[in-house]
Parts: sequence; C-alpha cells; structure tokens
Amino acid sequence: MRHEILEKNVILLSICILITVSIGGLVQLVPLFAMEQTIEKVDGVRPYSPLELAGRNIYVREGCYTCHSQQVRPFRDEVERYGHYSLAAESMYDHPFQWGSKRSGPDLARVGGKYSSEWHAAHLTNPRSVVPESIMPPYGFLARRDLNYADIADHLRTLRIVGVPYTDEQIAQAAADVATQAQVEPTDDTDALLARYPKAVVGDFDGNPERVTEMDALVAYLQMLGTLVDFTSYKPELDYR
Amino acid sequence: MASSKYVDALTGRETTGHEWDGIRELNTPLPKWWLYVFYATIIWAAVYMVVFPAVPWLSGYTRGIWGYSSRADLNHAMENLRAQRAVWYEQFAQKSLQEIVQDDRLLQFARAGGEVIFAENCAACHGTGGVGRPGYPVLVDDEWIWGGKLDDVHTTVTYGIRNANADSRQSAMPAFGADGVLTPQEIAAVADHVLSLSGAGPANAEGARVYAENCNVCHGDVGEGIADVGAPALNNSIWLFGGGRDALIAQITRPRQGVMPAWTGRLDDVQIKQVAVYVHTVLGGGQ
Repeated sequence: MRHEILEKNVILLSICILITVSIGGLVQLVPLFAMEQTIEKVDGVRPYSPLELAGRNIYVREGCYTCHSQQVRPFRDEVERYGHYSLAAESMYDHPFQWGSKRSGPDLARVGGKYSSEWHAAHLTNPRSVVPESIMPPYGFLARRDLNYADIADHLRTLRIVGVPYTDEQIAQAAADVATQAQVEPTDDTDALLARYPKAVVGDFDGNPERVTEMDALVAYLQMLGTLVDFTSYKPELDYR
Repeated sequence: MASSKYVDALTGRETTGHEWDGIRELNTPLPKWWLYVFYATIIWAAVYMVVFPAVPWLSGYTRGIWGYSSRADLNHAMENLRAQRAVWYEQFAQKSLQEIVQDDRLLQFARAGGEVIFAENCAACHGTGGVGRPGYPVLVDDEWIWGGKLDDVHTTVTYGIRNANADSRQSAMPAFGADGVLTPQEIAAVADHVLSLSGAGPANAEGARVYAENCNVCHGDVGEGIADVGAPALNNSIWLFGGGRDALIAQITRPRQGVMPAWTGRLDDVQIKQVAVYVHTVLGGGQ
C-alpha cells in the first residue's frame, strides 16, 4: 500500500494537496481571465435605467427565472420563434445574469416591445385573463405595492463597483429618473433620461399614473428586454463560436 | 507493513493492511467494468478537447480540429431554410397583396404561415383564432376599427397602433370627464344616446345634442364609426371595453386607449404579408 508514504509524511502530503488544489483552482479561474474576449462587440447595450433595474430586482425577487429563461439559443426553431439568438454582450451588465435553465413559460430574452404595457399589466395581474391556458401564478399585488426606490442610487453605485459603467450623473439622477420614466408627472422632460438611457420605454405602465408601483418597474424591465442591440450593425460571422 | 499482504481468511480477499483493535478492512477492488468505463470517459474527454472548442486561454480559446461552431451551424441551417422557402418568399416579396390572394397556391401558403405567426405573436392579445378579449378587438367579425381592407390590415400589422413607431396609427379620444369637457350629467345623457344608437335604450334628446357637439366628428352622425381616425362604430353591439351604461360612462370619462406593437423589425415583410392575408381571408376582413 504505497499511500502509506503520503499518510506518514506530513510535508509530502501538504505538497501533494497543494498541487491537486492548484490544478482544480486553475481550471476554474483561468477561463475567467479570458471572459472579456467572449463578449461580442456590439452597439446599443447600455446599463439598466434605474426603473428597469428596480424591475429586474423584482424579477429576481419573485423568482421569474425559475420558469422563464432569458436565452435564445442558436437553434433554428428558437431563432424562428423568438428572434436573433442571445449574445453574451446582452447580459454583460447583469449581476447575476438571468439566463435560467427551465422553460415552464416562454423565453423572455426578446419579449421587449412584443406586447403592449397594458397587456403586461393585465397578464401579470391575472395571466388567465389573456392567456386561458396559462399556468402562471398571478402577481396582482405588484400593482398595489409602491416601489421602494429611496435606495436606488446605492444599487447603481454597487453595480459600478463590480464593473457596470454608471456615471456620476446617472447615480445622482437615479431617483429622479425612476419618477420620470414612470411618468408620475406626464409633463416630465424625458430628453435627459433618454440621453442617459437610449431606447428606454417611457410611460405609465400599470394604468395608475399617480404612483410608481412595483408593477411599473417590472413592466418597464420586460419592455426593454432584448431591444438594445443594434443588429443592423452587428456582424455575426465575426463571433462564430 | 507495505511489503506484507494480509489476506482475510474468510473471503480470501486482501485487506488494506490497517488494523484497529484487531479489526481489518477488506480492500475490495472496484468492478472491472466500472473501472474501464471510467477510463473510457477520461479518454473521451481528452479526445473531445482536441476535436471541439474547449479550453479558454489568454488569447482566445482552442477551436478544435473540426472547427465546430454552433452559431455557424445555425447560419447553415437558416440558409437551408431560406433556400427551401425562397421560391415562395420571392413571389411574396414581389407581388402585391391583391395578387397574392388571387393566386390559390400563394394564398394557401400565406394562410398556413400566417396561422403559425398569428398563434405565436398575435393570439396573446387577440385570442386563439382571433376571438378577442375585453380591450383587444375581435378579429373574426366584420367590424374593423382601423379599416378591414387587406391593405388596412397590412398597415396596422406593420406599424401598430399608438406605439413609439413614427408611422404607427395614432388617435386619442379626449378624456371628456377627467378633463372637465363634459359634466357627469352630460356624460350620462350621451351614454344613453349611444346606447340608443344600437337600439339598446330609449332616445335621449340631451344626449343627442351633446353627441352632435362632441362625438360625431370621429364616430359619425349615427355612430357608424370612421376608420381613418380609428373611431369604432357605436351603432352595433360590439364593444371593445364593455357595452353597459356604466362601461360607456367610464370610457367617456377617462378613455382607455388600446396599444398595438409595430411588427416591422420583429417580423420580416413576407411574414407580415402572410399574417395580414391570414387575418383578412381566414378570420374575416372587410372589402
């Protein structure tokens, strides 16, 4: 029994443990150093607007990812149904990403703009009212809960620490941008918001303009999913992999 | 100990050589079949790493000797699909909607494709088979808010209604109650008048006066509706947001305005033609 040599020599045992753990660690770590190259160079992807980010947090909180994926895979049937396959660049500002691994419901990676905001609010309130065969639970309580966004600037600041390029201006204006995007005051000037967050969908999402509810945030998030990349300028053959 | 082998007398197997209070542990080897399957998976992994893209590295990754790429595979599959459909797609792209519906084979292709496109994209709001829901128009009847001709349907599908697309259909019914244009009494009266247009209630002279001053510009003198401005007919029993008196009062006070997304960009031109033909010829369009 040759392992007796290892078992009775603590220095040798330590050295061998170090080698084994190092190999395992390198296998996990080295790919991360190469991660930058896996992200395609595309036009249009920007960090989430504060309202979208709040909606994303609700999406995570409610566990939407347990039934909905956000990843159109490069297969013919998926591309035919959902649109262009998802790019790594589209989730580069996600912490954590919401790719998911299960589709009890449809993929949501390109759901933005596919339905009206009114439809989303009705569907989230009672999915069976618009899709009779749906098995999704109702989320009507979102429309009754005010969105708590007093700390939204801190969320942006935290994401900046992990590499999302929020500017000082975006952080300073975060709370105001939430109210502007949800159109609490319909006359709010949206130019500055749209300059900071191009393609953001502005409006009252839940049919209740007086309040910013969690429904507003979630629908704002859903309405921008998969809409950012400018595919007219994207050359897929450069990123075949 | 390392040199001497202990053999268990009962089983005839070797032991690990350890002894605790006279108890020894059998050193039963792994079954051979298991061991060889395990070795085979290791060899498989090594071959896989050579053949397929595998190891990320500082300047890219190993691409594998087969040059496999799932995205290139998809591109190949989509090219095959386009080639299969090309004979239809070219005709669709070149011909007008009127020419398509007069050609039986193209019409069948459009209906078959349109049905699939409708089920995935349109049925969520308009219902399976276009049966509609409260707030989302029925498409199987012959009533059309924005016009039921083939070209009208095509335009509506392409650009949508009240969305951010610059060419989308736009109109907004004023909030007669919420903005204080009419008093609650006037609104109740005009609601009665609107009900009388379809014979659902008695005439209301006050309502008729209010209607003539505020509503007939868009909805027509007798509530026949004007498709150019997306004003639905009021002289029938088809109601988008509910047909009772209370629903009418609510709609006049603070109107709900339906929104339909633009499908250009999400569907290609041929797909839009297909679904327009499907909606018009299968579900029921006007002339």
